[in-house]
Amino acid sequence: MAFNLTVNGKAVTVDVPADMPLLWVIREVLNLPGTKFGCGMSLCGACTVHVNGTATRSCVTTIAEVNGKQITTIEGLAGSTLHPLQKAWMDVDVAQCGYCQAGQLMSAAALLKQHPNPTDAQIDEAMDGNICRCGTYLRIREAIHQAAGSKGRAS
Amino acid sequence: MSAKSINRRTFLQVTAIGGGGMLIGLYLRPSLFGQGQQPAVIPVPNSFIRISPDGIVTIISKNPEIGQGVKTSLPMMIADELDVDWKDVRVEQANYDATKYSNQSAGGSTATPQAWNPMRKVGAAARAMLITAAAQTWHVPEGELTTSAGKVIHQKTKRSIGYGKLASVAATLTPPDPEKVSLKDPKDYKIIGTPQHGVDNLTIVTGKPLYGIDFTVPGMLWATFEKCPVFGGKAISANLDAIKAMPGVRHAFVIDGVGTELNGLLSGVAIVADRWWQAKSAREKLQVKWDEGTTASQASLGFAQQAEALAKEKPQRSLRTDGDVSAAFNNAAKVVEAAYSYPFLPHAPLEPQNCTAHFKDGKLEIWAPTQTPAAAMNLVTRTLGLDQKDVTIHLLRTGGGFGRRLNNDYVVEAAAIAKQIGVPVKLLWTRQDDMTHDFYRPAGFHFLKAGVGADGKLIAWRDHFVSFGAGERFNPSAGMNATEFPSRFVPNFAIDVSVMPSGVPTGALRAPGSNGIAFVMQSFIDELAHAAGKDPVEFRYSILDTPPIPLPAPSPGQSPRPTGGLGAPFNAKRMRGVLELVAAKSNWGKRNLPKGTGEGVAFHFSHSGYFAEVAEVSVDASNKLRVNKVWVAGDVGSQIVNPLNAVNQMQGSVIEGMTHLMGEINVKNGRAVEQNFDDFTPLRHSEAPTAIEVHFLTTDFPPTGLGEPALPPLLPAVANAIFAVTEKRIRSLPLSKHGFSWA
Repeated sequence: MAFNLTVNGKAVTVDVPADMPLLWVIREVLNLPGTKFGCGMSLCGACTVHVNGTATRSCVTTIAEVNGKQITTIEGLAGSTLHPLQKAWMDVDVAQCGYCQAGQLMSAAALLKQHPNPTDAQIDEAMDGNICRCGTYLRIREAIHQAAGSKGRAS
Repeated sequence: MSAKSINRRTFLQVTAIGGGGMLIGLYLRPSLFGQGQQPAVIPVPNSFIRISPDGIVTIISKNPEIGQGVKTSLPMMIADELDVDWKDVRVEQANYDATKYSNQSAGGSTATPQAWNPMRKVGAAARAMLITAAAQTWHVPEGELTTSAGKVIHQKTKRSIGYGKLASVAATLTPPDPEKVSLKDPKDYKIIGTPQHGVDNLTIVTGKPLYGIDFTVPGMLWATFEKCPVFGGKAISANLDAIKAMPGVRHAFVIDGVGTELNGLLSGVAIVADRWWQAKSAREKLQVKWDEGTTASQASLGFAQQAEALAKEKPQRSLRTDGDVSAAFNNAAKVVEAAYSYPFLPHAPLEPQNCTAHFKDGKLEIWAPTQTPAAAMNLVTRTLGLDQKDVTIHLLRTGGGFGRRLNNDYVVEAAAIAKQIGVPVKLLWTRQDDMTHDFYRPAGFHFLKAGVGADGKLIAWRDHFVSFGAGERFNPSAGMNATEFPSRFVPNFAIDVSVMPSGVPTGALRAPGSNGIAFVMQSFIDELAHAAGKDPVEFRYSILDTPPIPLPAPSPGQSPRPTGGLGAPFNAKRMRGVLELVAAKSNWGKRNLPKGTGEGVAFHFSHSGYFAEVAEVSVDASNKLRVNKVWVAGDVGSQIVNPLNAVNQMQGSVIEGMTHLMGEINVKNGRAVEQNFDDFTPLRHSEAPTAIEVHFLTTDFPPTGLGEPALPPLLPAVANAIFAVTEKRIRSLPLSKHGFSWA
């Protein structure tokens, strides 16, 4: 079946089964490997993308559900310059293995759209679905605050 | 410091490269290792620097990057001695190549101690050659030349020349003897000891292809591989014709498996399709008849019952005996007995196991995220009957290791599938495959008894350790060292061992051995402190201040390292140092903590590192647990190579330790019950401590690794804090079994 969607600002048509998860369309059909596979059950958040601006787990979202919608992946997060979160992630040196960080960044970017100056509680809520197996949570929090220009709780 | 890297004779080789550059390699000649046990062998180039005419320095990073930061920290060592600006350095990942590199592995926190001297020497030697090249170019004495930021400078004539312009001349010179190359005074370091960002950061935050799972080859197919849910079971038959008729499926076949090793090629069913999603969808219709084998009767619960039964019997063997333990118990003012245990744990790296392979014309090419490419090469060639010269292994960045990718089962599976189909193929496991076919941290059981004297001192200790194995052999990672603390610090001391058979695959999980043993030893020591009426920190000081029983002298020709991979012998002064530091930084025992909040302390020595930690923990009426803050104090010698990454590793160790506290793999009917992150959940964002303070004590010892040693003390520090709040002593893990959950 053919589905039309906009991925990182570009209109694309894909001919795939209706139940094919968006994750695998993005990775294998559109050749955008930045969005990661971690669990396949919406438990780890490695596959997080934006669907019409909302952070969405692409591993459990079928292509049929996103027909006609706007998709942003990690490859489309930066404009002509890096997104403030990407800069902060590099500056704070968040990543260890780095595998989850695309999903973390996409969740954080959706958070900042909703709450430009997030509190720690808002960060906890927005980021809790994104597992970092290496345990970089303190730096993720620091980087979000840095990008937002907001102040975290004292440590 | 590794005995290997001290004793090996090294020499350097330099080669001109196209366009007027130079290439320098450090060759190791392992001739003096073990008193001539090994004859002089063919030289092994160990590391390379490439200097191009524009002055850009490319440093090849030989070790696998699994998130521990070596792809940044090892090149930092070279770059500092070479005296270049870090911004002019590019880092490239080496392929696996036993003819060029040695010790290409990630594990055991070994990269820093093994690389510290060789990497600095290769940088220093290259710098010396560039100085010689400048001296020849300008016809001035070498002694008048200095270097700075990638340039050789002649102060007298105010001339300077970039390394890039000297590289072609330097490439014609004979390299100096590395033993005679002088190294910088540490106070002159410009890169080592400064915070440097990970070299792959930009690639990571922009989502560019980097990891094993991202790698593709034109015409590549995708594979999934279903193994028996029972460990070591075999596929007898499957509905292959039905599977082959599914959309996109190109191949479906049974792999018989080779041998009986759990970390070899196991039996299973391969499905290969145009897309992974198609292979996985077809797999959902797969029906396999399995021969489950004898492990099907095994279970976590049964192991615990067997361990209890074994503890009531005479131990099978003694690991160590000092003094007269039984007599000392009779003389003790207080005797405490306790049974401790910890469960199986998975690694669960976030990137599921995967490997790309292509077999064509008798040659096999592999692209693998692995911690041990040499072992992968060995396993693949042995299993498939190939010659090493016909196999190439490319190393790809690994989405988490934690010890899981020390085993190369997924590599040999991909290779076997590739050999059968003859086109490029990527095998990708599901999360369920990973969680149910891991090499788990083995469960362990310690039946302890100890006595304190009237003066409150620890005078007697017995541990009957019940583990997995057969005869004198422990299953992988299921052993214990006879020198494990408080060994040598208690006058009457015994470790006895009994083992039981198990078909559950086990292996090293970050800080292997220590990640379970530290919980037991440091929790029981805490019990003893309370029994003795002593402050937990003061009680630990009193043990550390006991003159230790000397280690036996190494026999001739033997390595002087007695502790089976733990590094140099336990140094009580170093441990006291970090314990004092953490007590001071956390203001131990002096803070007025609110009701429901308490603090716990613990220390542990592993992988040559000394770590003491204090955890502040709150527990509410419904046993909701929050680790508010953790203080980490560590001593890994004279130099932290990259402080920015070092702190990250320490915080990650604490957070992983919390994951170890709450989760488990429960074995039932010979298979893992937990399947995905809903059953076994790594710590989540909101559950992490709000602060993890990290302090390093600088001591006059060679630098050692940071990947592992900060993890073990976290578990007992938290468990001891729970006791401080609730007076409930945690003697078994996971905490979830005691009704605790994260707040």
